[in-house]
Amino acid sequence: MDTFLLIGITGIGLGALYFLVACGLSLIYGLMGVLNFAHGAFLSVGAFAGYWFAVKLFPVTSNLSFALSILVGGIAGGLFALLVEQLVIKRLYNRHIDQALVTVGVSLVAAAMLGGWFGHDPLLLPTPTWWYNAIQIGDAFIPVDRLLYIGVSLLMLILFFVILRFTRIGLVIRAGVENRTMVQALGINVKLAFSTVFFLGGLAAGVGGVLIAGYSGGVSPYFSGTWLIYGFIVVVVGGMGSLGGSALAALLIGISRQYVNYYAPGLGDFVVVILLALVLIFRPQGLLGKVAH
Amino acid sequence: MSALLVSNLRVEINGSQILKGVNFDVRANSVTALLGRNGVGKSSTLKAILGIYPHSGKVQLGERDITREQTYRIVRSGIGYIPEDREIFASLTVKENLSLAELDEEPNYELAYSLFPELKERANQRAGTLSGGQQQMVAIARALLNKSEILLVDEPTKGLAPRLVTEVADALARIASNATMLIVEQNLALVRRIAKDIVVMDQGTVVFSGGIENLNDEEFVHRHLGVSVRGH
Repeated sequence: MDTFLLIGITGIGLGALYFLVACGLSLIYGLMGVLNFAHGAFLSVGAFAGYWFAVKLFPVTSNLSFALSILVGGIAGGLFALLVEQLVIKRLYNRHIDQALVTVGVSLVAAAMLGGWFGHDPLLLPTPTWWYNAIQIGDAFIPVDRLLYIGVSLLMLILFFVILRFTRIGLVIRAGVENRTMVQALGINVKLAFSTVFFLGGLAAGVGGVLIAGYSGGVSPYFSGTWLIYGFIVVVVGGMGSLGGSALAALLIGISRQYVNYYAPGLGDFVVVILLALVLIFRPQGLLGKVAH
Repeated sequence: MSALLVSNLRVEINGSQILKGVNFDVRANSVTALLGRNGVGKSSTLKAILGIYPHSGKVQLGERDITREQTYRIVRSGIGYIPEDREIFASLTVKENLSLAELDEEPNYELAYSLFPELKERANQRAGTLSGGQQQMVAIARALLNKSEILLVDEPTKGLAPRLVTEVADALARIASNATMLIVEQNLALVRRIAKDIVVMDQGTVVFSGGIENLNDEEFVHRHLGVSVRGH
């Protein structure tokens, strides 16, 4: 039972990280139809910014310095996403192939530049001493970092929920995911919503980048590749543009992957691919997705 | 004086000429009906005026040239739009649908709710769960919240049950008494009731502009619209 609980919570923690990667991707595609392959670069920039901040400004790691490095990573990811949107993607709306090519290019250039500045070897993110501790729940010893991933993702989900549900820009974003042409035909400059979504998506990716750097034992220029693939799978399974769908799919994928890997070693990724295929065949709009205009 | 002047309006989509030089004007404080068979370019004309479709030619709202403006600026300059097929936001509530359309500092909810009191009662209902007629009420109400120099209305009674057609027609008649409107509509009874001028299109161009009295001419109606006067 303790192992079952441990794997379950570890799966939720992994799902929480997937959610941080996927939520921005989902909103960006849902609102703008942009298949953003540069999203992994937002993750890397956030992770490196958090690392740089923690190492350069805080010789001794504390709870505060770690919390600030997560925040700095998030802001750096958000600002980088905004920069990419303003400089590149803004000029390519409705040109999907060009967007895919350019965003792949951005991710390669960003990785090369980060490699030039920080080197290509993994750099260990300074974490507080409690990072490697475990707390006892029943008979299970749960690593504390998993709970942090879950907590931060919940905070991000609440932040996104509040923005989307209770602000004017959130209303515009929700409407734009359904029908952006009609939003403009109501006299609304939908580009402001585009920029907001890019910033928020980059913010979540940046925060996720710092946490993933802690989870995976270090940050390197190309470390975001696998996570981006899982991010895309979560978006497709959850439904393009659906935040709730992304959260549900991230949990489903994180938990099932962990359980399958434990009880049938090596088959975790296979099960995720099967899940993806089933969704594409029987519910192509995703678990909670809608058909956009 | 013209509230809206459309000159040599052309639209090409995927290599196909949808509009081939459309010319007409809409008088201020009057309703002009844009008529024609299906697929002649009526809805495309409205979308080109709004900048939704890329186009060439000239569109003038009052004295202002809006040809090259972006859609949201065109709407903000004083055009209200009631689209074909409602295009309400299904996942948003009625209240959110209306609130999204607010541009004026004091949106005219009084007018919207006086025409469609039902919407006030259903404020917290998701718009996607409304009937077709109620969705049309949302689409019309959101265009009425802001002061507009002209309303572009695209097939407002399309697909509605006869009882709802009457209700929507009554509301449009009330709006038309105090507004400038360009309406695309197949229901000739409604057109006769509210319009003063007609513009008839065929194959992407205007083939007739004139007074509403022409719709009483059976031969004219049959030739341009392919229907009989009695049938409509």
